Amino acid sequence: MNQVFDKAEGISMAVDSGSRRSAESGEVDMQANIPSATVGKVFVDHAKMAIRNVDVFYGEKQAIHNVSLDIRKNEVIAMIGPSGCGKSTFLRTLNRMNDTIPTCLVKGTIELDGNDIYDKKLDVVSLRARVGMVFQKPNPFPKSIYDNVAYGAKIHGLCSSRIELDEVVETSLKKAGLWSEVKDRLNQPGTGLSGGQQQRLCIARAIAVSPEVILMDEPCSALDPIATAKIEELIAELSENYTIAIVTHSMQQAARVSNRTAYFHLGYLVEVNDTEMVFTNPEHSLTEAYITGRFG
Amino acid sequence: MNKMSTIEKIEKGLKRRYFSERLFQIFGISSIVFGLLCLVVLLTDIVGKGHGAFFQHYIRLTVVLDAEKLGIDDRATSEQIAMADYDSVIRESLLELFPDVSGRKQKKQLYRLVSDGATYRLQGMLAEDRRLLGQRVDVWVSADDDVDVYLKHVDAEKEASSRIDEQQALWLAALQAQGRIEKRFNSEFFMTGDSRNPEKAGIKGALMGSFYTLMVTLLLSFPIGVAAAVYLEEFAPKNRWTDLIEVNINNLAAVPSIIFGLLGLAVFINFFGVPRSVPLVGGMVLTLMTLPTIIISSRAAIKSVPPSIREAALGIGASKMQTVTHHVLPLSLPGMLTGTIIGMAQALGETAPLLMIGMIAFIVDVPQGITDPSTVLPVQIFLWADSPERAFTEKTSGAIIVLLGFLIFMNAVAVFLRKRLEKKW
Ligand SMILES: Nc1ncnc2c1ncn2[C@@H]1O[C@H](COP(=O)(O)OP(=O)(O)O)[C@@H](O)[C@H]1O
Ligand SMILES: [Mg+2]
Repeated sequence: MNQVFDKAEGISMAVDSGSRRSAESGEVDMQANIPSATVGKVFVDHAKMAIRNVDVFYGEKQAIHNVSLDIRKNEVIAMIGPSGCGKSTFLRTLNRMNDTIPTCLVKGTIELDGNDIYDKKLDVVSLRARVGMVFQKPNPFPKSIYDNVAYGAKIHGLCSSRIELDEVVETSLKKAGLWSEVKDRLNQPGTGLSGGQQQRLCIARAIAVSPEVILMDEPCSALDPIATAKIEELIAELSENYTIAIVTHSMQQAARVSNRTAYFHLGYLVEVNDTEMVFTNPEHSLTEAYITGRFG
Repeated sequence: MNKMSTIEKIEKGLKRRYFSERLFQIFGISSIVFGLLCLVVLLTDIVGKGHGAFFQHYIRLTVVLDAEKLGIDDRATSEQIAMADYDSVIRESLLELFPDVSGRKQKKQLYRLVSDGATYRLQGMLAEDRRLLGQRVDVWVSADDDVDVYLKHVDAEKEASSRIDEQQALWLAALQAQGRIEKRFNSEFFMTGDSRNPEKAGIKGALMGSFYTLMVTLLLSFPIGVAAAVYLEEFAPKNRWTDLIEVNINNLAAVPSIIFGLLGLAVFINFFGVPRSVPLVGGMVLTLMTLPTIIISSRAAIKSVPPSIREAALGIGASKMQTVTHHVLPLSLPGMLTGTIIGMAQALGETAPLLMIGMIAFIVDVPQGITDPSTVLPVQIFLWADSPERAFTEKTSGAIIVLLGFLIFMNAVAVFLRKRLEKKW
């Protein structure tokens, strides 16, 4: 994967020396030192999604503050940060899952291939077919494995025949690395699989509608290490064909699977950079404090 | 030292905990035992009193279907058969059995042994097969209700309370000795409508009335209730108006049912002109009554569908409607059914609102549809309980058994459906 971005410099903000000192002193004040603009490489060429000045409110409460970010085509971007910092909220704005929360209000613009996804004319159904989502807790439908994977293709009318549908189910399950494990029991309930298998089933279900972007919200947080490793492997494979945004609470995971990493803090996007940079040479004191485990 | 005392404290507390746990268990078990005991007492009482209603004494008469006496000539038209004087041939056959009966009064007492229904029996026989005309045939006709009561209780009964006099008792003893009296399953009880004569009164009218009324109730209240619940739960914005609606629905569930009867009378009958006393209007009134129950339980069922399922569906681009129909409804249907069956059971036992819309009328004909005047089981029970004839006591308990049977059947169907739908994955 291409780690070198064309705009190598990005739009990095000068970090005042005061913030560095307070970070180094050990005691970290969560509230202090939030930069007025995101540091690191925020913008890229060939952006698949372009997020500009996004604020998200839950009623009165603002959960996301003025976030701008580009997501590159076919990259894996990881979002990390302390819990409650708004990672999930941000991720859910990308396919408008926040629409389901009545109190939630999104300001700013989010573009997918140059089209505003919050445009009134754009249908959220087709958006979600293009930007799929995998959730924190595996949530297969209480239906058979086959029906789980076939569901999206069915409702979008992607297949005209049963044979075609069978094919979609098979390729999706293969891409999700689940085919060999379930090919003999496609008619058995999806909920009867192990946690890791269920999550891969959910990934298969998401890729069955051929999305362009896959959003994953802590997809491994409910899984054991072996299942986690499998999913991580899968993410690496999928990134060849899909753009992936993954929220994770595990910095190791972010380091292993992503090309770029975004660090969120109290609703602010503090720093975005190549993953290696973020973990070896963070620009901002808050990022450094987080990755060195001083809060989280 | 400090640690020891903690453990000691815990152990001291442990005894108390176990004690209160045991106390609670004893309390729980005794509540259940008490409940079961009440149920057993109730059921044995009802079954003890009511099983008699399912049996009836019949008397075998040997009648001569004499054309002349019946007033039927050679043509033997249907009309003639319908109008024929069967009473006289029945009397004849009774006198033949007891030739030494004389005097108007005694004869009258003798004739009273068999039910008026006997004439219909003969009429039916002739209508079916005209070749019987002029023949001598044996027929079983039902005994009069007083005779039936007397025969059922003849061993335990004190003479004084019986409506059978000594002479009649002797006749009956003679008939019994000749093997002309038999206790049989009273299939007529399930085949006929109400009657002023207890031995002819059947439950079918009320049973069908209840059936049609409940059908109307179910067909109206289930779709309306589920639609309302789905809309309120899944689509309606959460604001003051929906809060107000929610409070009102909850309040409706607590409104005394007779109020719904008054409403039905004022709106359905007086304003919209729906005929009174029919299952259609009864079902509409009971729909008003059961709707809150169904809506509340359906909403609870919808709420219990995990949000993750909705997210999963929405996340791959299902529309709101698809999410509801493909996932939420199938998963909440068992819960909705439970609520519906509770509502239906309530509706089945409801009397008060139906009195207001005229379903208390005395109706002999078995209703053939939702627009035929009819009554329902609980009202029938009330009517029979209110009748002076002794034989109706038994019928009342019999009708209660039928009502309970209907209820159990309904519940069984619901449980079966729920089990089918609940195919938990
Ligand atoms: N449905 C909601 N209604 C109101 N506040 C919410 C809702 N969901 C999340 N929040 C708030 O928004 C903030 C960000 O939450 P979230 O995006 O879930 O954080 P993260 O995923 O990073 O742990 C938190 O303070 C949380 O309390
Ligand atoms: Mg989260």
